[in-house]
Formats: sequence, C-alpha cells, structure tokens
Amino acid sequence: MSGMQLYLRLLGASIRSQLQYRASFLLAAGGQFFVTAVEFLGIWALFARFGQLQGWTLAEVALFYGTLSVALALGDALGTGFDRMPAMVRGGDFDRVLTRPRAAFIQILGSELALRRVGRLAQGLVVLIGAIAILDIDWSGAHFALLLLTILGGTCMFLALFVIQGTLSFWTIESLETVNAFSYGGMTAGQYPITIYADWFRRFFTFIVPLACVIYFPLTLVLGREDVLGVPAPLRAAAPLAGVAFLFIAMMLWQLGVRHYKSTGS
Amino acid sequence: MINAYRAVLTLRFREVLQYRAAAWAGVFTQVVFGFIILMALKAFYGSSEAAPPLGVTQLIAYIWLGQAMFSLMPWNVDRDVQAMIRTGAVAYELARPIDTYSLWFCRTMGWRLAAVSLRALPLLVLVGLVFPWVGMSAWALPGPASWASLLAFVAAIVVAVLLAVTITMLMHVVMLWTLDAEGITRVAPAIVMLGAGMIIPLPLFPDAVQPLLAALPFRGLLDVPVRLYSGHIPVAEAAGHLALGLAWVVALVVLGRWMMARGLRQVVVQGG
Repeated sequence: MSGMQLYLRLLGASIRSQLQYRASFLLAAGGQFFVTAVEFLGIWALFARFGQLQGWTLAEVALFYGTLSVALALGDALGTGFDRMPAMVRGGDFDRVLTRPRAAFIQILGSELALRRVGRLAQGLVVLIGAIAILDIDWSGAHFALLLLTILGGTCMFLALFVIQGTLSFWTIESLETVNAFSYGGMTAGQYPITIYADWFRRFFTFIVPLACVIYFPLTLVLGREDVLGVPAPLRAAAPLAGVAFLFIAMMLWQLGVRHYKSTGS
Repeated sequence: MINAYRAVLTLRFREVLQYRAAAWAGVFTQVVFGFIILMALKAFYGSSEAAPPLGVTQLIAYIWLGQAMFSLMPWNVDRDVQAMIRTGAVAYELARPIDTYSLWFCRTMGWRLAAVSLRALPLLVLVGLVFPWVGMSAWALPGPASWASLLAFVAAIVVAVLLAVTITMLMHVVMLWTLDAEGITRVAPAIVMLGAGMIIPLPLFPDAVQPLLAALPFRGLLDVPVRLYSGHIPVAEAAGHLALGLAWVVALVVLGRWMMARGLRQVVVQGG
C-alpha cells in the first residue's frame, strides 16, 4: 500500500468514526458556523461605521476573509492529528507510531480529520460566494484558477503552522499556544489587505510566515487592483506557491523533531 | 463556614497558578492579537473623516485592557467540574455539608482569578511600562483619565469578576442536564465575546444596535470597566453602571440556584 492509499484509508476510518456521533458532530459544526459568523459581524460593523478601509470596500475584504477562512478550515481539519502531539509525547504513545513501518508524518496526518471544521468551511464559502456575487469580476479561467491556487497555498500555510506546533511538542509542551499567534492571528491579520499594517509586521508576514503571499498578492490580481507595494503581476500570481514551500520546510522541521525525540518511557 | 469557602477558593487559585510557562505563551499571543486589532482599527480610523465615537487613546486603552482581561471572560467551562459531572464524582460534592452552588461558585472564582492574574499582570507591565521605555509610546497603554476614573475602574472590575463567575456557573449548571458541554461551550464564546466588546469595541457598533448591547449583561465584563478607565464613561455615571451590573449578578445567581435545584432533583449519577 502506498503512502497515499494508507492516508486515504486512515481518513476514511476517522470520518466514519466521527459520523457515529451524529448529534455531537452537528452541534459542533453548527456551533462553529455560528462563532465564525459572529467574527464576520465585527468586520461588517466596522464598515457600517467607517464606510471603507483605505479605499477597500466591504465586498473586497469579504473576498479576502472568505478565501482565508476556507483555507484555515481545510488546513485546520487536515492538521488535527498534530494537535494531539503533546498528549502523545507525554504519554509515550508516539513510540507506537515509530514502531510501525510507515512514515510518522503520514500516520499523524491521517490519525484524525476534524469534520466539525465544516462549520468554518461553510461560513467561509458563504462569505466568499457573497463577495463574488457582489464584486464585478471577470471570472474567466485564469482568475478562477488563481483563486483555487490561493486557497491551496493558504491551506498549505495553515497546515504547515499546525505541523510546526506539533513539532514543537518534541521540545516543550507548555509554549505551544505561541503558534496560535501566527495561525489564528494570521487569519485575523490576513482578512484585511496587508498594506494597512506597519512595515515590520508586513515583512514578517511575507518573508517568515508567507501570509501575504497566500492571500493579498494573488487576490489583488483577481480584483484587478494595482499593488501599492509594486510587486510585478507574474510574481503575484506565483506567490501562493510560497505556502506550498512553507509546508515543505515544516515537514523538514518535523523530520528533525522526530530524530530528536526521546521517549518518556511510560 | 466562610473559612471552608475561602479554602476552596485559594486552593483552586494556587492550583491554576502552577501553569506559569503556559501563561507566558498566552501573554505573547495576546500581545500579537492586540497589535493586529489595533493596527486594523487605526487604519479604519484613518479612512473616515467623521470623528469616531471612541478617541484613539481611549481605543488603545480599550484593546490592551481587553487583551489583559481575556482569561476572565466566561467563554469556557472548568474542565474539573465537567469531569466531575461526567464521572459521577458530583455525588461526593452533594454529600458535603455545604451548599453546592456556593462551593462551585468559590472554585470557579479561584480558577478565573488565577487564570486572569497570570496573564494580566505581565501583559500590563509590558504594554504599560516596557513599551514607553523602549520608545513605543504610541502603542503603550495610556494611564487612567483621573484618579477617580481609576477607582471606578477597580470597582467595575470587581463587578466584572462577579458577572464572569455567575455566567460561568450558569454553564456549569446546564451541564447537569446535558452531560455534553459541546453545545454550550461552542456557542457561548461567540455571544460573550461579542457582547463584552472583545471582538470590536462596543461604541464602534452601529448606533442602531447600541440599545440591544446595553440591555445585555455582557458589557459589564469588559466594556464598562475599560471605558470608565479611559474616561469615556464619566465618573459621575459610574454608580448607575455598577448598580446595573450588580443587579445582573443577583438575577443570574437566583437563576443559577433555581436551575441547579431543578437539575439536582433529576440528576443521575454515573457509574460506581
């Protein structure tokens, strides 16, 4: 069985097991839809008060928000297994993973796919579709393909952050919350055009964590806007690939962590 | 009798105080979120000609005090109480010769107070003292509007703690019915955070929804104290706001006690 086949089989098992508790799943997904809807209500209220954000409209910001929210939901769902790493390392359960003749990365990745994230996914899609309906965009093949590439890049970036969070648990289990500042913080920051932030902040979220690459640069092209930062169009179109590269770097860090791992022995 | 409650409160306080490294990680995350929200709101402020209903200095105070008080917000349940109800250990609680509502009230207060002080103190030192010292005065927490404002702020914080504990208690009591905290713990955070002013400052909401926000008990958790601090609510109006907050506390305690009495009458203790 190839790695991919194994992964798909593990995912199938995870999804079936979650569907056994149907009421619990529906409650969790519905709850998340509600929570994220309230989050968007905050953005709406600000536009109701101020009218616009440095020349950007609510519909444009909704396109940013919807795209990023979908990417976060997907990355978060795929990376759920890495959330469990602190408990696995502390309890020594990670030893069992290492004894199996398969890559630890695939086993953890496949250990759980949190279905409840469909709550955020659905809310992100509703906002995204609403924005598309309001905005006057030429949805020819290229723009649509770029939107999909943007979602792919964003999903990879968020997944990478959760992998890094899981990897940190090989060294510490108490400071993991810091990664939230970049994952959920990235979601909060990236829903607005990156140009509204201070230079140091923008550079960090472009070159260290490639948030601007997986949302701002490609979507300015989709919206047919000039980039005030002066990045040329071909580079902006290719920018989401930085999210994929970031995931590869995270996987290399994971390998380093696995090699460093010493069992707790319990 | 009072000694028993005090012992429960301080015990839980000291337990939670052990998680110091985790609290530092929390402070870091809170500061990053504070920066993001502040930068975004300042950009909104710069985009509009009309004067916003909250000045920039008042806004900065609102955001930093909000981040400092994050752990006080009643958006989650005490895992220990949840486990007690699920495993049936709640039977021991009922067997104790003291009032169960008051007992849990004290535990919850110890938990919330420890969680919030672990994060609030380092965060306030950072944004209030370190930021001006390293030349980041534009981002630093401004001082209170006056000594009287500071005093009103402290009094409002006491009300906020009581409100936070009574609202958390309501969530604990609901668990007696459902076992599964999934439903409340997923919907409560959104309502509490929005109504308290944690998502965006309440004065920035459209004027049309202001009466609704004022009618809910949640603004006493954050909005009222921080606006008293910055002088956005004049000290002269403090007494009215505090009285309203206390009235909510009393109403929620009565509701919580009534629900607990009903819940305990039909509680089924799990396992043995």
